[in-house]
Amino acid sequence: MRARLISGAVEARLAQLPLPFNRYGLDPFGVSRDHLALFYTLLEPFYRRYFRVKTYGRQHVPSVGRGMLIGNHSGGIPVDAAMLLSSIFFEGDHPRHAHGMVEKFAQTIPFISTYFSRLGQLAGLPEHALQMLRADRLLMVFPEGARGTGKLYKDRYKLMAFGTGFMRIALQTHTPIIPFAFIGGEEALPTIYHAKLLSKLAGTPYWPVPPYLIPWPLPVECSLHFGEPMRFEGNGSERDEVIEGYVEAVQARINALIIEGRQLRGEDVGGGA
Amino acid sequence: MRILITGIANALGRRMAERLVLEGEEVLGLDRRPWPDAPPGVTMFNVDVRKRPAEEAFRLQPDAVIHMATVTHLAARKEERYRINLHGTQAVLERCKAYGVKQVIFISRHTVYGAAIDAPLYRTEPEPPLAGSTFPNLADLVSADLFAGSAIWRCPAFKTCVLRLVYTLGPSMRGTLSQLLSTGRVPTIIGFDPLFHFMHEHDAADAILAALRAELRGVYNIAGPPPVPLSILAKGTGRKIAYIPEIMFPKVTGKLGLPALSPYAIKHLKYPVVIDNALFREATGFKHAYDEVTVMDAYRAL
Repeated sequence: MRARLISGAVEARLAQLPLPFNRYGLDPFGVSRDHLALFYTLLEPFYRRYFRVKTYGRQHVPSVGRGMLIGNHSGGIPVDAAMLLSSIFFEGDHPRHAHGMVEKFAQTIPFISTYFSRLGQLAGLPEHALQMLRADRLLMVFPEGARGTGKLYKDRYKLMAFGTGFMRIALQTHTPIIPFAFIGGEEALPTIYHAKLLSKLAGTPYWPVPPYLIPWPLPVECSLHFGEPMRFEGNGSERDEVIEGYVEAVQARINALIIEGRQLRGEDVGGGA
Repeated sequence: MRILITGIANALGRRMAERLVLEGEEVLGLDRRPWPDAPPGVTMFNVDVRKRPAEEAFRLQPDAVIHMATVTHLAARKEERYRINLHGTQAVLERCKAYGVKQVIFISRHTVYGAAIDAPLYRTEPEPPLAGSTFPNLADLVSADLFAGSAIWRCPAFKTCVLRLVYTLGPSMRGTLSQLLSTGRVPTIIGFDPLFHFMHEHDAADAILAALRAELRGVYNIAGPPPVPLSILAKGTGRKIAYIPEIMFPKVTGKLGLPALSPYAIKHLKYPVVIDNALFREATGFKHAYDEVTVMDAYRAL
């Protein structure tokens, strides 16, 4: 029954994934082949038809080995994460699966926590990042965290403060950083107001309210722009000022990719964001 | 080499004793429980490890002691568990000092790390054991683990090694995980499916012997194949899954064909305890012979 639901394209791509599945279709982190099959089958129509995502620079994502995908976070609910996962799974000759670093509160919710685990989306702990990278996986990190998704429409595409933890881990594990920009997320779910009481009741970091009230993303055309891998010198024990300089370089690169992306869709972006 | 194994009558102890005798070593066994068909080459001392007659085994001056006379099952009363797990360990360490033992291996459990929501998936040795707070019934095991570990610096005369083993499954059908699978209906909490980390009994025995040969000093995690979700473990071992709403768990445990579990066990049915064994593999070159699928298949066939 379930097998019939899975798209043929997804099956073919799954077979190419460089993950060590056992006979039950599980990898050592509990990532399940069946769960991935269903997940990507459900995402495919969103990726291809709903958001009509165009991907640029997919060749910059390494076909094997570790890597950190670092980009801007936007749009109330993380459409960008789902579309990024889809893009590196569906595009290019070498499908990959990326592991996200999820807000801890998600781990307490029944079903959600289990699904996130089976999809390899683990709680955002530095130990998890190290374990994944040492296993030569791809990590998806939004250093703005909830500051990025929780910003209002008037601040769209303005990069919030970046956390620096990712850079130390990248240096420690000699991981290349692949910067990316996701364009369209801000328009898909324009947040004009945060409902504090609702977020408190739901236990979420924020509750986005768009002009049409229901926090569901609109079918806006989106695009993803990957930049060339960036490598930095060091072992992760550098002084804060060194790390901050590196992080600024990544941030600047992402900002440039955002401007490129917005110009490509005909926006007049002036000099900055 | 002369090796004393405390708690020898359990599955791991017997397996290790048989292996050691085959390799031409001399084995001394201490246990309250009898082992009537112990092979020749094993000298049994049928006494409690804390009692004075147990000292006789130490007077034969073993080179190494593998201490696993601990109570891990929760059926035993708390006072009894503290007496055996802590005072028993104390007695063993003191006699090792008195009789010139060169190497002591303490068998601990991976559950000392505790099933906590904010813990990383693969636990490493430098992490603190949290089970004392997440599962108060296991506090004595956490204490025993740390107490035995303190011998690393308290007793420099011998090499102390604490091995934290994952659950074992095998022909003895004994142990914590076997108990969970014992009734044929495995309780799971609706909406949760944590990873369970286990290895074959025979692999576990081999791993301990590998630690013995490598004369390890320090604390090491021991695991075999990667973990699997509880649902797969149940299916793989031919069991039925009982889906229980979280609030109903304390009321139904031990009833409706479900195994009797402590109410705290719910943490282990919601969150994983999975360990990283890289340190041990590096130190000993240990490789498991049974992968996770083989372990489950073999257990189903029992």
